[in-house]
Amino acid sequence: MSCIQYNKDENQIAHLTFDKPNSPVNLMDNEFFTSLSEVVNKLENDDCVGVVLRSAKSTFFAGGDIDMLYQTSKETAGDLYNFLEQMKGDFRKLECLGKPVVACINGAALGGGLEVVLASHYRVAINSPKVTLGVPEVNWGLLPGAGGITRLVRMLGLDVAMPYLTQGKLFRPDEGHKIGLINDLADNEEQMLAKAIEWIKANPEMVQPYDVKGYKIPGLAKSRLSLPVAGAMVKSATKGTLPAPQAILATMVEGSQVDFDTACRIESRYLVSLACNQVSKNLINTFWYQQNEIKSGKNRPKADKTKFTKIGVLGAGMMGAGIAYACAVKGIQVVLKDVSMESAEKGKDYTRKLLQKRLDKGRATLEKMNATLDLITATDSADELAGCELVIEAVFEDRGLKAKVTQETEAVIADSAVFGSNTSTLPISGLAEASCRPEKFIGIHFFSPVDKMPLVEIIMGDKTDDETLAKAYDLTLQIGKTPIVVNDSRGFYTSRVFETFVKEGAILLHQADAAEIENAAWLAGFPVGPLAVTDEVSFTLIDKIAKQTEADLIAEGKTVSSHPGEAVIAKMVAIERSGKLHGAGYYNYPKGEAKHIWPELNKMFKQSDTSIPLQDIKDRLLFTMAMETVRIYEEGVLRSVGDANIGSIFGLGYPTWTGGTLQFINSYGVKAFVERADELAEKYGSRFAPTEQLRSMAATNQTF
Amino acid sequence: MSDAFIFDAIRTPRGRGKANGSLHEVKPITLLSNLLNTLQSRNQFNTFDVDDIVMGCVTPLGDQGADIAKIAAIAAGWDDNCAGVTINRFCASGLEAVNMAAMKARSGWEHLIVAGGVESMSRCPMGSDGGAWANDPETNMNTGFMPQGIGADLIATLGGYSREDVDAFAAESHKRAAAAWQKNAFAKSVIPVVDQNGFEILTHDELIRPDASTDTLGQLKPSFQKFADMGFKNIIKEKYPHVENINHMHTPGNSSGIVDGAAAVLIGSQTAIDQYGLKPRARIVSTALVGTDPTIMLTGPGPAAQKALNIAGMKPEDIDLYEVNEAFASVVMRFMDDLNVSHDKVNVNGGSIAMGHPLGATGAMILGTLLDELEARNLKTGMATLCVGGGIGIATIIERV
Repeated sequence: MSCIQYNKDENQIAHLTFDKPNSPVNLMDNEFFTSLSEVVNKLENDDCVGVVLRSAKSTFFAGGDIDMLYQTSKETAGDLYNFLEQMKGDFRKLECLGKPVVACINGAALGGGLEVVLASHYRVAINSPKVTLGVPEVNWGLLPGAGGITRLVRMLGLDVAMPYLTQGKLFRPDEGHKIGLINDLADNEEQMLAKAIEWIKANPEMVQPYDVKGYKIPGLAKSRLSLPVAGAMVKSATKGTLPAPQAILATMVEGSQVDFDTACRIESRYLVSLACNQVSKNLINTFWYQQNEIKSGKNRPKADKTKFTKIGVLGAGMMGAGIAYACAVKGIQVVLKDVSMESAEKGKDYTRKLLQKRLDKGRATLEKMNATLDLITATDSADELAGCELVIEAVFEDRGLKAKVTQETEAVIADSAVFGSNTSTLPISGLAEASCRPEKFIGIHFFSPVDKMPLVEIIMGDKTDDETLAKAYDLTLQIGKTPIVVNDSRGFYTSRVFETFVKEGAILLHQADAAEIENAAWLAGFPVGPLAVTDEVSFTLIDKIAKQTEADLIAEGKTVSSHPGEAVIAKMVAIERSGKLHGAGYYNYPKGEAKHIWPELNKMFKQSDTSIPLQDIKDRLLFTMAMETVRIYEEGVLRSVGDANIGSIFGLGYPTWTGGTLQFINSYGVKAFVERADELAEKYGSRFAPTEQLRSMAATNQTF
Repeated sequence: MSDAFIFDAIRTPRGRGKANGSLHEVKPITLLSNLLNTLQSRNQFNTFDVDDIVMGCVTPLGDQGADIAKIAAIAAGWDDNCAGVTINRFCASGLEAVNMAAMKARSGWEHLIVAGGVESMSRCPMGSDGGAWANDPETNMNTGFMPQGIGADLIATLGGYSREDVDAFAAESHKRAAAAWQKNAFAKSVIPVVDQNGFEILTHDELIRPDASTDTLGQLKPSFQKFADMGFKNIIKEKYPHVENINHMHTPGNSSGIVDGAAAVLIGSQTAIDQYGLKPRARIVSTALVGTDPTIMLTGPGPAAQKALNIAGMKPEDIDLYEVNEAFASVVMRFMDDLNVSHDKVNVNGGSIAMGHPLGATGAMILGTLLDELEARNLKTGMATLCVGGGIGIATIIERV
């Protein structure tokens, strides 16, 4: 029983304390499984009057063994099935002892950890915001297969259990108490334990409510009425590209129609099929291994950690205002500067509006709102920036203007302070020429809308030093966002790849109906189609960047090879349909109605009545972005595969199921990818052609 | 091989399929057993000679559960020798019963069969039998399940039909049905429903609104927009990627009415003519079934009709009259486009939009209507066809003898 300590107290109550040796957390792994079996066998022949489940760690239980699930293949699927069934059998024995079992939840209980809790009869939790509960398996393409679905459905009913299972919604003890999952709340460990013991004494005989004859799953008859539409709702949320939410819905419903043990088997079978599914591998690869690397600072140079207290933001437009919000809401003082007091205040109002919305929804208090607003100083004077540990400029994409604000700022901030530029396309090293300390000059590229987008792309200039990178990295983590780090280049990583998506959408108009392009993007898993997103960012901006790039390349004496989609974009600018802001683009924007595709669009660009296969449209969008990523990676602009994957999903809306642009190639199979890319290149243009390096990877069976 | 002949075809009037409908108080077993007895007394056959009773019923549970065909025969006091089977081919069940009976007659193994169907939609509501397609998430999600009304709206969107077009079609259905009743077009086959005392409960189709117009119908709100918005609008993307938005236009006013009713058709072989002395009114020339895309679900009639024509060696213009079930206005409009047939030859006495669609019985009802009208107009050849759940299409060609 290496993972579980057994102690009997003076009341003859058995205390099972989860305490995995040499580990900061408890895990549902093979070792735990063995301990559980032993302890349950012991309990079956024990004269104890009740059982308390406790944890010796600061959290209650961290969850399942994701390495084991990640390594499961078709060949080892049977082992996983047996593992699940045996573990569930032990949990079942525990809840069927006839003796009261109480879980004392001292800290987070997630995934398998919450499933341990569910196998008890009575659950007491410390009512602290640090105690996070939930079954987030769906985020890694899995489902809670240690009885989690079976028990949650029986306890809560299909409707109430739905968001916790299909969306992996996390919750706090007070919410758990409201829905009836947590029976009692305690202020501290001592009180929790006292309540547990008191309850055991008062309830000497105990069975689960769903084991009492005649038990009815709450609201089941009513929930069944909405079954015909439930699948369509789940698929609408996942675009049909994620198997886990669908399997979870199926497990919930199928399990609700049969007895407990049968439901558990159904649950195991669906989990095994998910664990073997490539999408789950993609999600675990990127959102577990690679994202954890980023969070733990794998790309951050070794330097002292900085905790920021005061930063400056130059330019109070959409981006600047968003950055100010993101920092202030995390307790950092912000000096928000613009050319006039009026503009600066307008930028501060953005935070006021966002907080008001949170307040209206009950997600913030008036006190918190006012405290956050007090952290933002709107100003028109650069002098106010004195004392800022880091300043980010978010002024117009104009080199002259950026140079001016850089110099103005450096005149008042400390020598050690960092100057960050939120440019999305202009090379950082060039901008840093205006700086008197280019080693402290760095790109900190936020995405719009800043309050929602989780990514920050940090760009190293030629002269940027490691300490500056470490600081930018620390700020990003401090405001709860995910940093990726790239080297300097025109468009860096994200903007360059984003352009290929937009331009592929444009060139596709010659061969496909607009609706087909948008629907193909949806079916491939993109959150927004290339045409709709072009309208959002505006044709003028894309056209301007294309022209700037061309001019820069000519000035550098390099060859210019323009993308065939640029002509479509230039034409749209010429006919004054420059996007949503201008009231017309690929779409019409009638007042008070939903937008719809401009009816003349197909006539204007489609070259003939011939059509191309739907799969080709999907693949062109997926492949053009993946190939651009490969080139950027080979050029050394990207510094890690994880950054490429995380950046593409968080920053560009590359479909989640792929695990990111490079993981898409891995999961497609590098060899198969090269073959398909060659096919697309032959049919649609050289932009799809694989690089020599990629061909050699395919030949030698390498992956990213 | 013997031909399959139709000797008689009768039906109940159709009552509003709700608690306030006239037939709600009448049990489906009563609707059916009374029709069986009427059929026997009109044709004077010996019930010992009936090989089988094939009855369509789409929601066979509760009052219409078990095998209502056999139980109705027992309840009607028919000879024990007569068998019975209940079948479910969704909305085609009534016509499938006819086609199956025809196949039995043509096989030479059976000679006298009663086909038909029954549906008390007020007592056994549509969908109350559940089923994996709608209710099992795995099946539902993997097969592109979609409520059929959205399919009807999609058909209209693809065909470029406007709200005015479908409402005009619906108004015409009411106008034709009202006119048909006025000239007693159904007098030969509609059998009033009476109680145990002989008191009349319902003598006419209850839903017809002779004053229906595009103005009044235009007031109704589309029924399926909200379901599409809950997620089904995304389910069509894979199969219909060139559709940006579905134009929702079907309402209770331009869709088939929910009703209670039953039908019975007497079918047999040459032996039935020779040995039992029955007089044939028509022969069944060909029958056909097809499957089409289950997501849009309702495009089967065109291809099924074409298949039945091919089997018979005929062309669309060889058919004098068509009965196409008016599940939704767009279904019939698409059929007319598919086969290039004029509305003048289709549903000349109105259809299910005006009179209602008692799911299990409709196919047998419209076959009877077709035969009556061929006789009234002294025409020869007719076709009945329906769209069917799961994307099936069914068609039957008959010819007066």
